[in-house]
Amino acid sequence: MACIRVQTRDIDVGAELAAVSAGRTDIGGVASFVGLVRGTAAGRPILSMTLEHYPGMTERAMTGIADAATRRFQLQACTLIHRVGELHPGETIVLVLAAAPHRQAALDGCAFLIDWLKTSAPFWKKEAFLDGTSAWVDARETDDLAASKWSSIEIA
Amino acid sequence: MKILYFAWLRERVGTGEEDVTLPDGISTLAGLIAWLRTRSPGHEAAFAAGKLVRAAVNQDFATPDAHVANGDEVAFFPPVTGG
Repeated sequence: MACIRVQTRDIDVGAELAAVSAGRTDIGGVASFVGLVRGTAAGRPILSMTLEHYPGMTERAMTGIADAATRRFQLQACTLIHRVGELHPGETIVLVLAAAPHRQAALDGCAFLIDWLKTSAPFWKKEAFLDGTSAWVDARETDDLAASKWSSIEIA
Repeated sequence: MKILYFAWLRERVGTGEEDVTLPDGISTLAGLIAWLRTRSPGHEAAFAAGKLVRAAVNQDFATPDAHVANGDEVAFFPPVTGG
């Protein structure tokens, strides 16, 4: 079972982590990835970052990624929470949790989830710099490479 | 059909959403793009980015040969940058 959310409010990492295994004794480990807004982009200080998404398609894509990870790594639970709207340096932008009976599946499942989330869920970032300018963030080839290492995976 | 634009495509077109009636003879995403480009200088500026433009038909990623018809929801956007 997967917890999928897109939200403007902050992510309570501790509460989400506790919720994954609440009332269960079959889970052996939960791996996490917490993405934060960096204070600089290519050496330039940023004031804020604004995230846009495609309501409906974004949640569908996140569900497809979670289903693929659950099948491939036999996850017992996973959580994908992504924020949208205006965020500031230091704020949490994304949370990925993957639960499995043993550590390797949890760690691999978590890495797979964040790699695919970055390359196939429709979110777009715009950075506002301290000097008053702003720019949309370009997609990075290294992100595509990171996702492609999990090759031959069908994202529904 | 409903057309949606996101990120810098929305800024260049000047709107995030528009309803259009597909002209006779257009049945592919590539054909739709060629026609949308003629609608305004903003549309032309958005689609001039060519291979940086991604699309979805009814909320599934789609390629230029994808079939489109009135009633579809078609979205255009840059490569995604979440996470």
